[in-house]
Amino acid sequence: MVRAAGAPMSRAALLVLADGRFPAGGHAHSGGAEAAVKAGRVTSAATLEEFCRGRLHTVGRVAAALAAAAALGIDPAELDAAADARTPSPALRATARRLGRQLLRAARACWPSPELDALAAAFPKGAHQPVVLGLTARSAGLGPEDAAHCAAYESVGGPTTATVRLLSLDPFEATAVLARLAPELDAVVEAAVAAARRAVLDGTDALPAASGPLLEIGAEGHAAWPVRLFAS
Amino acid sequence: MHLDHTHTGPGAVSADAHRPDGTRRALRIGLGGPVGSGKTATVAALCRALRTELSLAVVTNDIYTREDADFLLREAVLPPERIAAVETGACPHTAIRDDISANLEAVEDLEDAVGPLDLILVESGGDNLTATFSKGLVDAQIFVIDVAGGDDIPRKGGPGVTTADLLVVNKTDLAPHVGSDLARMAADAKAQRAELPVVFQSLRGEAGVTEVAAWVRGKLGAWRA
Ligand SMILES: Nc1nc2c(ncn2[C@@H]2O[C@H](COP(=O)(O)OP(=O)(O)OP(=O)(O)O)[C@@H](O)[C@H]2O)c(=O)[nH]1
Ligand SMILES: [Mg+2]
Repeated sequence: MVRAAGAPMSRAALLVLADGRFPAGGHAHSGGAEAAVKAGRVTSAATLEEFCRGRLHTVGRVAAALAAAAALGIDPAELDAAADARTPSPALRATARRLGRQLLRAARACWPSPELDALAAAFPKGAHQPVVLGLTARSAGLGPEDAAHCAAYESVGGPTTATVRLLSLDPFEATAVLARLAPELDAVVEAAVAAARRAVLDGTDALPAASGPLLEIGAEGHAAWPVRLFAS
Repeated sequence: MHLDHTHTGPGAVSADAHRPDGTRRALRIGLGGPVGSGKTATVAALCRALRTELSLAVVTNDIYTREDADFLLREAVLPPERIAAVETGACPHTAIRDDISANLEAVEDLEDAVGPLDLILVESGGDNLTATFSKGLVDAQIFVIDVAGGDDIPRKGGPGVTTADLLVVNKTDLAPHVGSDLARMAADAKAQRAELPVVFQSLRGEAGVTEVAAWVRGKLGAWRA
Protein backbone atom coordinates (compact mmCIF):
# COMPACT_ATOMS: atom_id res chain seq x y z
CA MET A 1 0.00 0.00 0.00
CA VAL A 2 2.80 2.39 0.84
CA ARG A 3 4.56 3.76 -2.16
CA ALA A 4 6.54 6.82 -3.01
CA ALA A 5 4.64 9.81 -4.36
CA GLY A 6 5.05 10.81 -7.98
CA ALA A 7 7.33 13.79 -7.64
CA PRO A 8 10.80 14.17 -6.11
CA MET A 9 11.16 15.73 -2.66
CA SER A 10 11.10 19.49 -2.67
CA ARG A 11 11.55 21.72 0.35
CA ALA A 12 10.29 24.68 -1.67
CA ALA A 13 7.00 22.91 -2.47
CA LEU A 14 6.45 22.63 1.30
CA LEU A 15 6.77 26.41 1.60
CA VAL A 16 4.23 26.93 -1.18
CA LEU A 17 1.74 24.58 0.47
CA ALA A 18 2.27 25.93 4.01
CA ASP A 19 2.05 29.58 2.98
CA GLY A 20 -0.89 31.32 4.63
CA ARG A 21 -1.65 32.94 1.28
CA PHE A 22 -2.17 29.56 -0.41
CA PRO A 23 -5.65 30.14 -1.86
CA ALA A 24 -7.59 27.34 -0.20
CA GLY A 25 -10.27 29.23 1.72
CA GLY A 26 -8.72 29.25 5.20
CA HIS A 27 -8.88 33.03 5.55
CA ALA A 28 -12.64 32.93 6.19
CA HIS A 29 -12.36 30.49 9.13
CA SER A 30 -11.22 31.03 12.71
CA GLY A 31 -10.80 27.44 13.90
CA GLY A 32 -13.15 28.05 16.80
CA ALA A 33 -11.40 31.26 17.87
CA GLU A 34 -14.42 33.47 17.19
CA ALA A 35 -16.62 31.35 19.47
CA ALA A 36 -13.91 31.26 22.15
CA VAL A 37 -13.42 35.03 21.99
CA LYS A 38 -17.17 35.62 22.30
CA ALA A 39 -17.35 33.26 25.27
CA GLY A 40 -14.55 35.20 26.96
CA ARG A 41 -12.10 32.31 26.93
CA VAL A 42 -9.63 33.99 24.59
CA THR A 43 -8.88 37.55 25.62
CA SER A 44 -5.10 37.99 25.25
CA ALA A 45 -1.94 36.45 23.81
CA ALA A 46 -1.63 34.24 26.91
CA THR A 47 -5.15 32.83 26.61
CA LEU A 48 -4.69 32.48 22.84
CA GLU A 49 -1.66 30.33 23.57
CA GLU A 50 -3.67 28.04 25.86
CA PHE A 51 -6.43 27.82 23.27
CA CYS A 52 -3.96 26.93 20.53
CA ARG A 53 -2.20 24.38 22.75
CA GLY A 54 -5.54 22.70 23.31
CA ARG A 55 -6.24 22.61 19.59
CA LEU A 56 -2.76 21.37 18.75
CA HIS A 57 -3.01 18.34 21.04
CA THR A 58 -6.55 17.40 20.01
CA VAL A 59 -7.82 18.31 16.53
CA GLY A 60 -4.28 19.26 15.45
CA ARG A 61 -2.92 15.84 16.35
CA VAL A 62 -5.79 14.06 14.59
CA ALA A 63 -5.48 16.24 11.47
CA ALA A 64 -1.72 15.70 11.37
CA ALA A 65 -2.13 11.93 11.56
CA LEU A 66 -4.81 11.90 8.86
CA ALA A 67 -2.67 14.05 6.58
CA ALA A 68 0.39 11.86 7.14
CA ALA A 69 -1.66 8.74 6.45
CA ALA A 70 -2.96 10.19 3.18
CA ALA A 71 0.58 11.18 2.21
CA LEU A 72 1.67 7.58 2.86
CA GLY A 73 -0.92 6.37 0.37
CA ILE A 74 -3.69 4.97 2.60
CA ASP A 75 -7.04 4.94 0.79
CA PRO A 76 -8.51 8.48 1.06
CA ALA A 77 -12.07 7.13 1.32
CA GLU A 78 -11.12 5.11 4.40
CA LEU A 79 -9.37 8.12 5.88
CA ASP A 80 -12.37 10.31 5.17
CA ALA A 81 -14.59 7.87 7.07
CA ALA A 82 -12.04 7.89 9.92
CA ALA A 83 -12.15 11.70 9.96
CA ASP A 84 -15.95 11.66 10.10
CA ALA A 85 -15.86 9.30 13.07
CA ARG A 86 -13.42 11.64 14.85
CA THR A 87 -15.51 14.80 14.32
CA PRO A 88 -18.66 14.71 16.47
CA SER A 89 -19.97 18.17 15.46
CA PRO A 90 -21.97 18.18 12.19
CA ALA A 91 -21.01 21.84 11.69
CA LEU A 92 -17.31 20.96 11.90
CA ARG A 93 -17.75 18.04 9.54
CA ALA A 94 -19.40 20.35 7.01
CA THR A 95 -16.60 22.91 7.45
CA ALA A 96 -13.90 20.25 7.00
CA ARG A 97 -15.49 19.09 3.74
CA ARG A 98 -15.96 22.61 2.45
CA LEU A 99 -12.32 23.43 3.15
CA GLY A 100 -11.26 20.12 1.65
CA ARG A 101 -13.07 20.96 -1.56
CA GLN A 102 -11.49 24.40 -1.69
CA LEU A 103 -8.02 22.98 -1.05
CA LEU A 104 -8.52 20.37 -3.74
CA ARG A 105 -9.18 23.06 -6.34
CA ALA A 106 -5.94 24.85 -5.52
CA ALA A 107 -4.04 21.56 -5.27
CA ARG A 108 -5.14 20.40 -8.71
CA ALA A 109 -4.06 23.69 -10.23
CA CYS A 110 -0.65 23.56 -8.50
CA TRP A 111 0.26 19.87 -8.51
CA PRO A 112 -2.06 18.08 -10.94
CA SER A 113 -2.10 14.31 -10.46
CA PRO A 114 -4.38 11.37 -11.26
CA GLU A 115 -4.79 10.75 -7.51
CA LEU A 116 -6.18 14.26 -6.96
CA ASP A 117 -8.46 13.88 -9.99
CA ALA A 118 -9.75 10.59 -8.56
CA LEU A 119 -10.39 12.23 -5.19
CA ALA A 120 -12.34 15.05 -6.85
CA ALA A 121 -14.44 12.52 -8.77
CA ALA A 122 -15.12 10.43 -5.64
CA PHE A 123 -15.91 13.46 -3.42
CA PRO A 124 -17.47 16.18 -5.60
CA LYS A 125 -18.68 18.04 -2.48
CA GLY A 126 -15.34 17.66 -0.74
CA ALA A 127 -13.44 15.21 1.45
CA HIS A 128 -12.15 16.12 4.94
CA GLN A 129 -9.50 18.82 4.59
CA PRO A 130 -6.62 16.94 6.31
CA VAL A 131 -7.10 14.00 3.93
CA VAL A 132 -6.97 16.33 0.93
CA LEU A 133 -3.96 18.05 2.47
CA GLY A 134 -2.09 14.74 2.76
CA LEU A 135 -2.87 13.77 -0.81
CA THR A 136 -1.85 17.24 -1.96
CA ALA A 137 1.48 16.88 -0.20
CA ARG A 138 1.89 13.50 -1.87
CA SER A 139 1.19 14.99 -5.30
CA ALA A 140 3.69 17.77 -4.58
CA GLY A 141 6.36 15.19 -3.87
CA LEU A 142 6.28 15.78 -0.12
CA GLY A 143 6.38 13.15 2.60
CA PRO A 144 4.19 12.31 5.61
CA GLU A 145 6.21 14.52 7.97
CA ASP A 146 5.65 17.49 5.66
CA ALA A 147 1.92 16.82 5.42
CA ALA A 148 1.63 16.43 9.18
CA HIS A 149 3.57 19.64 9.76
CA CYS A 150 1.21 21.57 7.48
CA ALA A 151 -1.87 20.15 9.22
CA ALA A 152 -0.57 20.75 12.74
CA TYR A 153 0.58 24.25 11.89
CA GLU A 154 -2.77 25.12 10.31
CA SER A 155 -4.55 23.97 13.46
CA VAL A 156 -2.93 26.84 15.36
CA GLY A 157 -2.01 29.30 12.61
CA GLY A 158 -5.60 29.84 11.48
CA PRO A 159 -7.00 30.73 14.92
CA THR A 160 -4.02 32.99 15.59
CA THR A 161 -4.55 35.09 12.45
CA ALA A 162 -8.27 35.21 13.19
CA THR A 163 -7.67 36.37 16.78
CA VAL A 164 -5.46 39.21 15.55
CA ARG A 165 -8.52 40.42 13.62
CA LEU A 166 -11.07 39.66 16.34
CA LEU A 167 -9.24 41.26 19.28
CA SER A 168 -6.96 43.65 17.39
CA LEU A 169 -4.24 41.71 19.18
CA ASP A 170 -0.66 42.90 18.71
CA PRO A 171 0.48 40.85 15.69
CA PHE A 172 4.00 40.43 17.13
CA GLU A 173 2.64 38.94 20.35
CA ALA A 174 0.33 36.68 18.38
CA THR A 175 3.09 35.39 16.13
CA ALA A 176 5.33 34.84 19.15
CA VAL A 177 2.64 32.46 20.44
CA LEU A 178 3.18 30.33 17.34
CA ALA A 179 6.93 30.46 17.76
CA ARG A 180 6.65 29.28 21.37
CA LEU A 181 4.41 26.39 20.30
CA ALA A 182 6.86 25.24 17.61
CA PRO A 183 8.72 22.60 19.70
CA GLU A 184 5.41 21.10 20.84
CA LEU A 185 4.23 21.15 17.27
CA ASP A 186 7.26 19.13 16.19
CA ALA A 187 6.53 16.56 18.90
CA VAL A 188 2.87 16.30 17.86
CA VAL A 189 3.97 15.74 14.26
CA GLU A 190 6.38 13.00 15.26
CA ALA A 191 3.69 11.12 17.16
CA ALA A 192 1.17 11.67 14.35
CA VAL A 193 3.51 10.26 11.70
CA ALA A 194 4.28 7.24 13.88
CA ALA A 195 0.53 6.62 14.23
CA ALA A 196 0.06 6.99 10.47
CA ARG A 197 2.77 4.42 9.83
CA ARG A 198 1.03 2.03 12.23
CA ALA A 199 -2.22 2.66 10.37
CA VAL A 200 -0.58 1.45 7.15
CA LEU A 201 -0.25 -1.99 8.77
CA ASP A 202 -3.10 -2.05 11.30
CA GLY A 203 -5.78 0.06 9.63
CA THR A 204 -7.20 3.48 10.45
CA ASP A 205 -8.13 2.50 14.03
CA ALA A 206 -4.46 3.11 14.81
CA LEU A 207 -4.96 6.84 14.15
CA PRO A 208 -5.45 9.09 17.19
CA ALA A 209 -9.01 10.12 18.13
CA ALA A 210 -8.53 13.10 20.44
CA SER A 211 -11.12 15.87 20.47
CA GLY A 212 -11.90 19.02 22.42
CA PRO A 213 -15.53 18.99 23.58
CA LEU A 214 -15.65 22.79 23.93
CA LEU A 215 -14.45 23.18 20.35
CA GLU A 216 -17.22 20.89 19.14
CA ILE A 217 -19.92 22.57 21.25
CA GLY A 218 -18.65 26.05 20.39
CA ALA A 219 -18.74 25.23 16.67
CA GLU A 220 -22.38 24.14 16.87
CA GLY A 221 -23.37 27.38 18.59
CA HIS A 222 -21.28 29.52 16.24
CA ALA A 223 -22.86 27.98 13.15
CA ALA A 224 -26.23 29.31 14.33
CA TRP A 225 -25.14 32.90 15.00
CA PRO A 226 -26.93 35.36 12.69
CA VAL A 227 -23.98 37.76 12.65
CA ARG A 228 -20.35 36.62 12.67
CA LEU A 229 -17.05 37.57 11.11
CA PHE A 230 -15.84 34.05 10.30
CA ALA A 231 -17.54 31.09 8.66
CA SER A 232 -16.37 28.77 11.46
CA MET B 1 6.29 15.05 -12.15
CA HIS B 2 2.89 15.40 -13.71
CA LEU B 3 3.61 18.49 -15.74
CA ASP B 4 2.20 16.92 -18.89
CA HIS B 5 -0.93 15.78 -17.13
CA THR B 6 -4.14 16.99 -18.74
CA HIS B 7 -7.04 18.07 -16.58
CA THR B 8 -10.02 15.80 -16.29
CA GLY B 9 -13.06 16.17 -14.10
CA PRO B 10 -14.56 19.28 -12.60
CA GLY B 11 -13.04 22.32 -11.06
CA ALA B 12 -9.39 22.05 -12.03
CA VAL B 13 -9.16 25.45 -13.64
CA SER B 14 -11.20 28.30 -12.28
CA ALA B 15 -11.58 30.49 -15.35
CA ASP B 16 -12.48 27.59 -17.64
CA ALA B 17 -15.30 28.73 -19.92
CA HIS B 18 -16.95 25.32 -19.90
CA ARG B 19 -18.75 23.24 -17.31
CA PRO B 20 -17.77 19.61 -16.67
CA ASP B 21 -20.47 18.42 -19.09
CA GLY B 22 -18.95 20.51 -21.89
CA THR B 23 -21.62 23.23 -22.01
CA ARG B 24 -20.58 26.86 -21.82
CA ARG B 25 -20.84 28.19 -18.28
CA ALA B 26 -22.66 31.35 -17.24
CA LEU B 27 -21.12 34.77 -17.81
CA ARG B 28 -19.95 36.09 -14.42
CA ILE B 29 -20.05 39.80 -13.70
CA GLY B 30 -18.65 41.27 -10.48
CA LEU B 31 -19.99 44.39 -8.75
CA GLY B 32 -17.66 46.16 -6.32
CA GLY B 33 -17.30 49.61 -4.81
CA PRO B 34 -17.41 51.58 -1.56
CA VAL B 35 -19.91 50.89 1.24
CA GLY B 36 -23.44 51.98 0.47
CA SER B 37 -22.86 53.16 -3.09
CA GLY B 38 -25.78 51.13 -4.43
CA LYS B 39 -24.33 47.75 -5.43
CA THR B 40 -27.16 45.69 -4.00
CA ALA B 41 -29.75 48.12 -5.35
CA THR B 42 -28.14 47.82 -8.79
CA VAL B 43 -28.09 44.01 -8.54
CA ALA B 44 -31.77 44.03 -7.56
CA ALA B 45 -32.66 46.35 -10.44
CA LEU B 46 -30.66 44.24 -12.91
CA CYS B 47 -32.47 41.11 -11.75
CA ARG B 48 -35.85 42.78 -12.28
CA ALA B 49 -34.80 44.07 -15.71
CA LEU B 50 -33.27 40.82 -16.99
CA ARG B 51 -35.02 37.95 -15.22
CA THR B 52 -37.69 37.40 -17.84
CA GLU B 53 -35.20 37.16 -20.72
CA LEU B 54 -32.27 35.43 -18.95
CA SER B 55 -31.62 32.64 -16.45
CA LEU B 56 -29.95 34.50 -13.57
CA ALA B 57 -28.33 33.95 -10.17
CA VAL B 58 -26.58 36.13 -7.59
CA VAL B 59 -23.67 35.54 -5.19
CA THR B 60 -23.17 38.03 -2.35
CA ASN B 61 -20.02 38.56 -0.26
CA ASP B 62 -20.90 40.34 2.95
CA ILE B 63 -18.42 41.49 5.54
CA TYR B 64 -20.02 39.92 8.59
CA THR B 65 -23.73 39.49 7.95
CA ARG B 66 -26.08 38.17 5.30
CA GLU B 67 -27.60 41.63 4.76
CA ASP B 68 -27.21 41.72 0.99
CA ALA B 69 -28.50 38.20 0.44
CA ASP B 70 -31.35 38.82 2.89
CA PHE B 71 -32.28 42.08 1.16
CA LEU B 72 -32.45 40.36 -2.23
CA LEU B 73 -34.52 37.54 -0.72
CA ARG B 74 -36.88 40.00 0.96
CA GLU B 75 -37.32 41.96 -2.24
CA ALA B 76 -37.96 38.64 -4.02
CA VAL B 77 -35.93 39.71 -7.04
CA LEU B 78 -35.13 36.03 -7.68
CA PRO B 79 -36.28 32.71 -6.21
CA PRO B 80 -34.25 31.87 -3.05
CA GLU B 81 -32.38 28.96 -4.68
CA ARG B 82 -30.79 31.46 -7.07
CA ILE B 83 -29.19 33.57 -4.33
CA ALA B 84 -26.07 32.37 -2.48
CA ALA B 85 -24.13 34.14 0.29
CA VAL B 86 -20.37 33.63 0.72
CA GLU B 87 -18.81 34.26 4.14
CA THR B 88 -15.61 36.24 3.86
CA GLY B 89 -13.90 36.24 7.27
CA ALA B 90 -14.20 40.04 7.47
CA CYS B 91 -12.31 40.49 4.19
CA PRO B 92 -14.49 40.62 1.07
CA HIS B 93 -11.57 41.75 -1.06
CA THR B 94 -9.67 38.58 -0.13
CA ALA B 95 -12.63 36.44 -1.13
CA ILE B 96 -13.05 38.12 -4.53
CA ARG B 97 -9.40 38.61 -5.43
CA ASP B 98 -6.73 36.71 -3.47
CA ASP B 99 -8.52 33.49 -2.55
CA ILE B 100 -11.54 33.02 -4.76
CA SER B 101 -12.17 29.37 -3.92
CA ALA B 102 -15.35 29.91 -1.86
CA ASN B 103 -16.85 32.13 -4.56
CA LEU B 104 -16.01 29.65 -7.33
CA GLU B 105 -17.73 26.98 -5.31
CA ALA B 106 -20.80 29.15 -4.91
CA VAL B 107 -21.09 29.86 -8.65
CA GLU B 108 -20.55 26.21 -9.53
CA ASP B 109 -23.08 25.03 -6.95
CA LEU B 110 -25.65 27.50 -8.31
CA GLU B 111 -25.19 26.19 -11.84
CA ASP B 112 -25.44 22.60 -10.58
CA ALA B 113 -28.52 23.33 -8.49
CA VAL B 114 -30.67 25.44 -10.81
CA GLY B 115 -29.50 24.19 -14.18
CA PRO B 116 -27.66 26.07 -16.89
CA LEU B 117 -27.51 29.80 -16.20
CA ASP B 118 -26.89 32.69 -18.57
CA LEU B 119 -25.57 35.16 -16.03
CA ILE B 120 -24.27 35.20 -12.45
CA LEU B 121 -23.86 38.54 -10.67
CA VAL B 122 -21.23 38.49 -7.90
CA GLU B 123 -21.50 41.36 -5.41
CA SER B 124 -18.61 42.21 -3.14
CA GLY B 125 -19.46 43.73 0.23
CA GLY B 126 -18.60 47.42 0.39
CA ASP B 127 -14.87 47.77 0.60
CA ASN B 128 -12.28 50.31 -0.42
CA LEU B 129 -11.23 51.88 -3.68
CA THR B 130 -8.57 49.22 -4.30
CA ALA B 131 -10.91 46.22 -4.27
CA THR B 132 -11.07 44.47 -7.62
CA PHE B 133 -12.23 41.02 -8.72
CA SER B 134 -9.88 38.27 -9.84
CA LYS B 135 -10.08 37.34 -13.52
CA GLY B 136 -10.32 33.76 -12.29
CA LEU B 137 -13.69 34.59 -10.75
CA VAL B 138 -15.44 37.06 -13.07
CA ASP B 139 -15.38 37.81 -16.78
CA ALA B 140 -16.12 41.50 -16.34
CA GLN B 141 -16.51 43.88 -13.42
CA ILE B 142 -18.61 46.89 -12.62
CA PHE B 143 -17.38 49.42 -10.06
CA VAL B 144 -20.21 51.34 -8.39
CA ILE B 145 -19.55 54.69 -6.70
CA ASP B 146 -22.07 57.36 -5.81
CA VAL B 147 -22.24 61.12 -5.96
CA ALA B 148 -22.75 61.38 -2.20
CA GLY B 149 -19.39 59.75 -1.37
CA GLY B 150 -17.62 62.87 -2.60
CA ASP B 151 -17.27 64.12 -6.17
CA ASP B 152 -13.48 63.77 -6.05
CA ILE B 153 -13.51 59.95 -6.08
CA PRO B 154 -13.09 59.72 -9.89
CA ARG B 155 -10.13 62.10 -9.62
CA LYS B 156 -8.50 60.02 -6.84
CA GLY B 157 -8.66 56.95 -9.09
CA GLY B 158 -7.53 53.60 -7.73
CA PRO B 159 -7.78 50.19 -9.41
CA GLY B 160 -11.59 50.03 -9.19
CA VAL B 161 -12.22 53.42 -10.73
CA THR B 162 -9.51 53.18 -13.38
CA THR B 163 -9.65 49.54 -14.51
CA ALA B 164 -13.24 48.30 -14.04
CA ASP B 165 -14.93 47.33 -17.29
CA LEU B 166 -17.79 49.67 -16.39
CA LEU B 167 -17.81 52.55 -13.91
CA VAL B 168 -21.25 53.40 -12.53
CA VAL B 169 -21.74 56.75 -10.80
CA ASN B 170 -24.94 56.13 -8.86
CA LYS B 171 -27.49 58.33 -7.03
CA THR B 172 -27.29 61.25 -9.47
CA ASP B 173 -30.67 62.35 -8.00
CA LEU B 174 -28.75 63.36 -4.86
CA ALA B 175 -26.21 65.56 -6.66
CA PRO B 176 -28.03 68.87 -6.08
CA HIS B 177 -28.47 68.06 -2.39
CA VAL B 178 -24.84 67.15 -1.66
CA GLY B 179 -23.32 69.73 -3.99
CA SER B 180 -21.60 67.22 -6.28
CA ASP B 181 -20.46 68.49 -9.67
CA LEU B 182 -21.47 65.79 -12.17
CA ALA B 183 -19.66 67.42 -15.09
CA ARG B 184 -16.41 67.43 -13.14
CA MET B 185 -16.93 63.81 -12.11
CA ALA B 186 -17.45 62.87 -15.77
CA ALA B 187 -14.32 64.74 -16.87
CA ASP B 188 -12.21 63.18 -14.11
CA ALA B 189 -13.52 59.69 -14.92
CA LYS B 190 -12.73 60.24 -18.59
CA ALA B 191 -9.18 61.28 -17.68
CA GLN B 192 -8.68 58.15 -15.53
CA ARG B 193 -10.37 55.66 -17.84
CA ALA B 194 -9.78 56.87 -21.39
CA GLU B 195 -12.12 54.79 -23.59
CA LEU B 196 -13.59 52.61 -20.81
CA PRO B 197 -17.32 53.31 -20.36
CA VAL B 198 -18.94 55.29 -17.54
CA VAL B 199 -22.67 55.35 -16.72
CA PHE B 200 -24.34 57.99 -14.56
CA GLN B 201 -27.55 56.61 -13.08
CA SER B 202 -30.22 57.21 -10.49
CA LEU B 203 -32.14 54.17 -9.41
CA ARG B 204 -34.77 56.55 -8.11
CA GLY B 205 -35.28 58.01 -11.59
CA GLU B 206 -37.33 56.95 -14.59
CA ALA B 207 -34.50 55.29 -16.54
CA GLY B 208 -33.18 53.41 -13.50
CA VAL B 209 -30.79 50.62 -14.41
CA THR B 210 -31.58 50.66 -18.18
CA GLU B 211 -28.11 51.68 -19.39
CA VAL B 212 -26.28 49.20 -17.19
CA ALA B 213 -28.67 46.44 -18.25
CA ALA B 214 -27.91 47.26 -21.89
CA TRP B 215 -24.17 47.03 -21.16
CA VAL B 216 -24.72 43.62 -19.52
CA ARG B 217 -26.67 42.41 -22.58
CA GLY B 218 -23.77 43.51 -24.76
CA LYS B 219 -21.28 41.56 -22.63
CA LEU B 220 -23.51 38.52 -22.79
CA GLY B 221 -23.74 38.76 -26.56
CA ALA B 222 -19.93 38.85 -26.80
CA TRP B 223 -19.61 35.93 -24.35
CA ARG B 224 -21.93 33.75 -26.39
CA ALA B 225 -20.43 34.69 -29.76
N1 LIG C 1 -31.22 58.43 -3.66
C1 LIG C 1 -30.76 57.27 -4.11
N2 LIG C 1 -30.55 56.27 -3.23
C2 LIG C 1 -30.08 55.11 -3.70
C3 LIG C 1 -29.80 54.89 -5.07
N3 LIG C 1 -29.33 53.64 -5.22
C4 LIG C 1 -29.30 53.09 -3.99
N4 LIG C 1 -29.76 53.95 -3.06
C5 LIG C 1 -29.88 53.74 -1.62
O1 LIG C 1 -28.59 53.71 -1.03
C6 LIG C 1 -28.56 52.84 0.08
C7 LIG C 1 -27.45 51.85 -0.07
O2 LIG C 1 -27.70 51.03 -1.20
P1 LIG C 1 -27.17 49.53 -1.31
O3 LIG C 1 -27.60 49.02 -2.64
O4 LIG C 1 -27.51 48.75 -0.12
O5 LIG C 1 -25.61 49.81 -1.30
P2 LIG C 1 -24.42 48.74 -1.36
O6 LIG C 1 -23.39 49.33 -2.23
O7 LIG C 1 -24.95 47.41 -1.75
O8 LIG C 1 -23.95 48.74 0.15
P3 LIG C 1 -22.97 47.69 0.90
O9 LIG C 1 -23.25 46.34 0.32
O10 LIG C 1 -23.31 47.82 2.32
O11 LIG C 1 -21.60 48.17 0.59
C8 LIG C 1 -29.93 52.20 0.15
O12 LIG C 1 -30.68 52.87 1.11
C9 LIG C 1 -30.48 52.41 -1.25
O13 LIG C 1 -31.88 52.46 -1.29
C10 LIG C 1 -30.06 55.97 -5.98
O14 LIG C 1 -29.85 55.89 -7.19
N5 LIG C 1 -30.52 57.14 -5.44
MG1 LIG D 1 -24.68 45.59 -0.76
